[in-house]
Amino acid sequence: MAIKSLEDLKRIREESQKKVNLRETGESTDDIVELMVGMATCGIAAGARETLSALLDETEKQELTNIRIVQVGCLGYCHSEPTVQVNLPGHEPIIFGKVDDKRAREIITRYVMHNEMLEDSVVINTFVKA
Amino acid sequence: MAKIRTHLMVCGGTGCISSGADTLITELENILVQKGYDKEVKVVKTGCFGFCGQGPIVKVHPDNVFYVQVQAADAKDIIEEHVIKGRHVDRLLYVEPIENQKMDLHRDMPFYKKQLRIALRNCGMIDPENITEYIAFRGYEALANVLTMKREDAVKVVKDSGLRGRGGGGFSTGMKWELTMRSPGDQKYIICNADEGDPGAFMDRSILEGDPHSVLEAMAIGGYIIGATKGIIYIRAEYPLAIHRLEVAIAQAREYGLLGKDLFGSGFDFDIEIKLGAGAFVCGEETALIHSVEGKRGEPTKKPPFPSESGYLNKPTCVNNVETFANIAPIFLNGAEWFASIGTEKSKGTKVFALAGKVNNVGLVEVPMGTTLREIIYEIGGGIQNDRAFKAVQTGGPSGGVITVADLDTPIDYDSLKAIGSMMGSGGMIVMDEDNCMVDIAKFYLDFTKDESCGKCTPCRVGTKRMLEILERITEGHGTAEDLDNLQALAYMIKDSALCGLGQTAPNPVLSTMKYFREEYENHVFNKRCATGSCKALAKYSIIADKCIGCTACARVCPVNCISGKVKEVHVIDQDKCIGCGACFNACKFSAVLKP
Repeated sequence: MAIKSLEDLKRIREESQKKVNLRETGESTDDIVELMVGMATCGIAAGARETLSALLDETEKQELTNIRIVQVGCLGYCHSEPTVQVNLPGHEPIIFGKVDDKRAREIITRYVMHNEMLEDSVVINTFVKA
Repeated sequence: MAKIRTHLMVCGGTGCISSGADTLITELENILVQKGYDKEVKVVKTGCFGFCGQGPIVKVHPDNVFYVQVQAADAKDIIEEHVIKGRHVDRLLYVEPIENQKMDLHRDMPFYKKQLRIALRNCGMIDPENITEYIAFRGYEALANVLTMKREDAVKVVKDSGLRGRGGGGFSTGMKWELTMRSPGDQKYIICNADEGDPGAFMDRSILEGDPHSVLEAMAIGGYIIGATKGIIYIRAEYPLAIHRLEVAIAQAREYGLLGKDLFGSGFDFDIEIKLGAGAFVCGEETALIHSVEGKRGEPTKKPPFPSESGYLNKPTCVNNVETFANIAPIFLNGAEWFASIGTEKSKGTKVFALAGKVNNVGLVEVPMGTTLREIIYEIGGGIQNDRAFKAVQTGGPSGGVITVADLDTPIDYDSLKAIGSMMGSGGMIVMDEDNCMVDIAKFYLDFTKDESCGKCTPCRVGTKRMLEILERITEGHGTAEDLDNLQALAYMIKDSALCGLGQTAPNPVLSTMKYFREEYENHVFNKRCATGSCKALAKYSIIADKCIGCTACARVCPVNCISGKVKEVHVIDQDKCIGCGACFNACKFSAVLKP
């Protein structure tokens, strides 16, 4: 485990950064992509925990660092749980519904990475938030 | 499959641990296991967030929510409501006192808004007992880079940054390292002064508890520059948690090859050992410290020769403060220019202050040099407790002086505070209100310095004792005009003739309080009165005749039976017998008792 060069140090740093990255993104206010997963009772019952895990896993796979994934309370669209709201900097927040493992990964690879809208998953805002 | 998606950072500084942080952590971990969330959520014991008056503190990442005054019983709510359901636990949020608003983002809080954390950069962000986390936040990269530089170039970076000793002396760190570098010697030493003797100061302790590696890395950098292969950390035994964290850090650094032989394959060897001090204030003075490390009694010796020529075991030695070291890695990572762009013309960078006393927000703050006292006390500190009036702020511990309302807009730096009769010192800042007696404060500090005097030189050994005797006479009502003159003359004499900094600065609290609060001293001496009631021997109560209805409530509670008067007749307190306990004041329902 002895570090004998700057390269050794950088290797250890990269591995450790993955583990503490969510603290840095927590502090930062720059262009962070925020993903909010509805984890109220209906959300959890519909499988939001698996959705959350899938999002985290895909983010790590794609090696994206400017993403913050948080769980929130009830977003209000109980008919379409699990729901995920995505705030891309400079864009209107979009809520996706019925997000299972596969869809969650597509949100990352298609919407977040390439701004490709997933039309059939978007939930229309039917009420105005206070 | 589960992955860690939330970190619960719990403050593990001594303050929060004493308030139950360890129990809180165990409770959080147990509930996580119970609910099956332990693979997704990690509890991290971290360093001091600085907001000590509101501890224990829990910060949730990446949500960036800041919970205050969290007890073990709150663990259930944090997990069930926030972690599982994503609903913030409102009642644990900080309530900002002026607008009475709940705040969850700590960067918006008035306590944190003006702070710039450089020395404290990792405190609250990392687990200090895990070296990989320090590395994740660019730890040891500075050392790797410095080892590829020529020593002359590296020391130039430190000189250009303008970093000055944070222990209070304010000597240019770059210059000190250069002088030691140039001193001839077959073995040199670099020593970290972690004695932190000032009462009420805990800046260094928090850095060592929350980010020990920053000090280890800086010592290695300093060692390389000056040519020392051995580092010693002199830390007072009263800091068991800091000692433990340092021991863990040193062991891990050795394991990873970051301390020991041939660091980064450069051929440079460096290792560190810890030496415990026995808590003598004088051992914070560098020559006394060196003698203590040598195993002798901690007594200062004359300078020159300076330690950079002849110090520990008569070899070239460099002694630096913990906070000075904590600034070294960022200087190399971000550049000397970056550091020099912060602060004032002669005092660069930031300073950590331990804000204590009668302020609302007690704790550790780090601000750029040049921030004014008013900003620190009123904006960051949240103003005086219970809406009392500000009287003075004492800076620099027992070596410093008081600063009054007139000078509150002074920008803080080494030279500006000296110019108004105080000093920045190591960073202690004690705020006082209208109920503090200035003579009593001077007596408190002198009592401390007299106890801590090593006894070697007559001016300090005898002088501080005589000054204390005069102050005691004054606070007991036996002071005379001659006492005031003698006090002042003694003070100047001791300042001029004492051997080391302890004696040379011990009279400062007296001189400073006499300069700004002369009328309080005269009140004690000529009128035998202490307006604040702190000096018990002088505090006398009296009854306002117009308001007294003769209910006898006061007479019944007086412990020395000094209140006379019949029922329904005005009562009178015998001034000679009154011991100033205040029981009558508390008992009277008609505000007829006058508090002195």
